[in-house]
Amino acid sequence: MSETPLLDELEKGQWPSFVSEIKKSAKKNKKAEGLLGQLELSYKEKKTHWKHGGIVGVRGYGGGVIGRFSDVGEEFPGAAHFHTIRVNQTAGFFYTAEALRKICDIWDRHGSGLTNLHGSTGDLVLLGADTDSLEDIFCELSKEGWDLGGSGGGVRTPSCCVGPARCEFSCYDTLALNQDITMTYQDELHRPSFAYKWKFKFSGCPNDCVAAIARSDFAVIGTWRDDIQIDQDAAAEYVQNGLDIQTDLLAKCPTRCIEWDGSLRINNPDCTKCMHCINVMPKALRPGKDKGACILMGAKAPIVQGALLASVIVPFIRLQPPYDEIKGIIKKIWEFWDENGVARERIGECIQRVGLGNFLEAIGVEISPQVVTQPRDNPYIFYEEYYEEEGGEG
Amino acid sequence: MPNFEFGGKSYDVDEEGYLQNPEDWNKEMAEEIAKTEGVEMTEKHWEVVNFLKDYYKEYQIAPMIKILIKEMAKMFGPEKGNNKYLYELYPSGPAKQACKIAGLPKPTGCV
Ligand code: SF4
Ligand code: SF4
Repeated sequence: MSETPLLDELEKGQWPSFVSEIKKSAKKNKKAEGLLGQLELSYKEKKTHWKHGGIVGVRGYGGGVIGRFSDVGEEFPGAAHFHTIRVNQTAGFFYTAEALRKICDIWDRHGSGLTNLHGSTGDLVLLGADTDSLEDIFCELSKEGWDLGGSGGGVRTPSCCVGPARCEFSCYDTLALNQDITMTYQDELHRPSFAYKWKFKFSGCPNDCVAAIARSDFAVIGTWRDDIQIDQDAAAEYVQNGLDIQTDLLAKCPTRCIEWDGSLRINNPDCTKCMHCINVMPKALRPGKDKGACILMGAKAPIVQGALLASVIVPFIRLQPPYDEIKGIIKKIWEFWDENGVARERIGECIQRVGLGNFLEAIGVEISPQVVTQPRDNPYIFYEEYYEEEGGEG
Repeated sequence: MPNFEFGGKSYDVDEEGYLQNPEDWNKEMAEEIAKTEGVEMTEKHWEVVNFLKDYYKEYQIAPMIKILIKEMAKMFGPEKGNNKYLYELYPSGPAKQACKIAGLPKPTGCV
């Protein structure tokens, strides 16, 4: 009989299975073998055998390695230490096969051989290291030009969509900004000293392929200010080729600002830049020419407190090296967070606690209509400017 | 439970070497724990450890790094109140090493 009857169930069906991958590695690797045994036990007992937390790391860095200790290490020595190493991924996930092979070689030699490309942070993740091998692994990775990513209460490894490298929708160079931000904030990345984690994510257009709006404290999402570019002939071709323009395009525009009477007309001031029409007719429609990005803040997954989506902070910013404007905003925000943040509170929660208006005032960003969800409908709201006027009269 | 042998006695520590009972701590032992971390305790190192101990005594919790940095800056000036300086003293990170040497419980950071 199989030693892992419960895990075997997870190999059935048409999908790839992580169990098959662990089994493959377990044949030649003691750590993977330990993991397999411990995991079967966990399924049997319906509980995890990873202890909570644990601090491990490499010299000079306060992050990048996440400690995993087993509470059944004596039974499964391979799993006793099973630390996770986050390797800073490349912008846009471009690797040469050779570079990946070298990482895998290092990992076969020193770890479990199991990897996770990519973790939800974006990092290239190596699973299952012993505490004693960490320095060697770090040295070998460095020699090949790699660096560790972030963990803990600091800047997490920034991540971006493929952007202009492959995608015509991109409104700014996500790869360049990602790289610049990564290099600029090395100290904040490797030596965490914030109240809690801080994630930067960069998407080139509102399709938001890295889900920055839902997953990052500081989301930079490409957008444009002028009119959507239209190629009427190409649009007509879509219709000729059978596109049901009423159902699939016009009716799905969230603000109903697009019309068709043999040619397309868009009421651009009403367009919310949702990308729907452009995605339906990529050959006929393009983002405008006056391109930049929108900064949104405060998204997070439901840890400690509930999930949040990001809110607009700066509706439009141009992004050109050396990116001084955006770095200036980041600096102000961190100063504010440093003063006002409490432990294990994300910036989004901090902003909710102090109020978006107060936050924007503190970081010196002018409040614009785009940051307001809806106009006021309650006449009993206290407005500072009216108060001042009355004060003057009286 | 793993032990830390010192002065002919053995003390409870967790598997990462953090003292389980803060009362066990004394200065000589701290020097010894520092050695296991590859840290040679100088006056500068003690400034950090003493601050951590005082803070812990008052609040029963290890300070956030940003507070450690700020307080160090207040007490000893900006050249000692920054991340870089702290990592020079404690290369594996002040949270990990200095807390361990100070006999504080393991900081429960997030991943
Ligand atoms: S977010 Fe936009 S620019 Fe980036 S890859 Fe997706 S569609 Fe392209
Ligand atoms: S981008 Fe969205 S809101 Fe703007 S015109 Fe197209 S479908 Fe409408």
